[in-house]
Amino acid sequence: MGESRRIIARRDFLRVAVPALPAALVACGWNGGKQLQPLFNRIIAANNRLGEGLQAVTHRTADPRQVDRGQMPAYFISDTMPMLVDPSGWRLRVGGLVRQPTSFTLPMLAQLPHIGYTVTHHCVEGWSVVKAWNGVPFTTIAALVEPLPAARYVRFDSFDSDYMNGWDIASAMHPQTILADAFEGRPLAPMHGAPLRLYSPIKLGYKLTKYLTTVTFTAEKPGGYWEDQGYPWFGGL
Amino acid sequence: MTTSIDRPPEPQTSGPRPHAPLLRHRGLVRLTHWLHAVFLAGMIGSGLQIYTAYAHIGYHGDTFGVPNPFDGTRMALPRQVLLGGWLAGGLRWHFVLAWPFVLTGLAYVLFLAFSGEWRALLFRPRDVPGAVQMGRYYLRVRRDHPPQGKHNALQKSAYSFVLVLAVVSVLSGFALAKPIQLSWLTALFGGYEWARYWHFVAVWAFTAFIVVHVIAVLASDPASLRAIITGRYRGRHTAGG
Repeated sequence: MGESRRIIARRDFLRVAVPALPAALVACGWNGGKQLQPLFNRIIAANNRLGEGLQAVTHRTADPRQVDRGQMPAYFISDTMPMLVDPSGWRLRVGGLVRQPTSFTLPMLAQLPHIGYTVTHHCVEGWSVVKAWNGVPFTTIAALVEPLPAARYVRFDSFDSDYMNGWDIASAMHPQTILADAFEGRPLAPMHGAPLRLYSPIKLGYKLTKYLTTVTFTAEKPGGYWEDQGYPWFGGL
Repeated sequence: MTTSIDRPPEPQTSGPRPHAPLLRHRGLVRLTHWLHAVFLAGMIGSGLQIYTAYAHIGYHGDTFGVPNPFDGTRMALPRQVLLGGWLAGGLRWHFVLAWPFVLTGLAYVLFLAFSGEWRALLFRPRDVPGAVQMGRYYLRVRRDHPPQGKHNALQKSAYSFVLVLAVVSVLSGFALAKPIQLSWLTALFGGYEWARYWHFVAVWAFTAFIVVHVIAVLASDPASLRAIITGRYRGRHTAGG
């Protein structure tokens, strides 16, 4: 009798516990708890490395001549739209692990060769639009400042509150990564990051820092405004 | 042990045991089944969390013209079915659980292939008449339960369908995660927006399968619930095949 009672009890437990497991997992904002977080961090780090590795192998570029679609929304972190009072006083300071640290004015940047494309913009939220961008290839800027071999990352800072983030140098040197000063055939408007923003079709939107002030080549991996809150660091497409 | 899955027990000489249980599901099938129950629930919960960040299909600011009862302007998803709390939490869960979900699926598919159990599970053209007869039985046109092997033809169609669904979910997921580096895959789904739509449709197909699956088990053959936990089956569908 004792034996069969125990078997029935075990069966009843399984009947309740097994369906309850997924239900417990779906409990709203649970993040796995302290026990699972280190494991999750390792998997997420592996995902980032896998994304970098895939990009290094396939090395694809986006189709540069797509059909314009949708409407580009405006996002910024500050309470009000960040705007320069005096654009002539603005400088893009490029430094860090480089031989020739340089401050670029807007006329200096305007004289550098530009590239343009009409590509799909992917937001981490899931939406996409197809829009036209124009700007100076990042490789052109890098050739001018001459990064040192120790530089493995690039940090981008803005004047939009404390918004910043970092890229791996391979993504920054991708042929379609630009410092954009034009959108849809017009000078970049404040709502899209004027006077200068980072742009690339191979990265999610939150990696494309607007309202640029500083570009820093570093050996240490920079954090990021959203990345530090849990968004994927690599953010590659 | 292999043959005992598909065959009724041999008559025993050492005493009457008319309902000796059959070994129906081997350990790997039971394990992957319940792991998938957990991982799929997590994938759906975190996937819906991600979806709520932009609860529309189609280019931002445009309509796409695909049916979507869960468009943000129509029906909001209840918080209780979401996992992660907000977009970043949902993304974290989704990209963490995706790997065990895929690996468990690969283990199961490899087991099906090499054990030969795919024969009892995959829906093939010759199962069509059996499916019609099972349909007639469920609709009460036919009174007696058609003879069946381990699974009837409708079960085979459902279990085959869910395998296809898993493949579509995983591939459309990769198409969404890497639309540039895997652009050929994204193109296969009709582009990024269509890949997002098929990924989303798969969620509702999975949900429909789970509902039908659980109801069918409880209403039609409760003994099979015990079989997927302990492996032993004492139910009525013990015929060979």
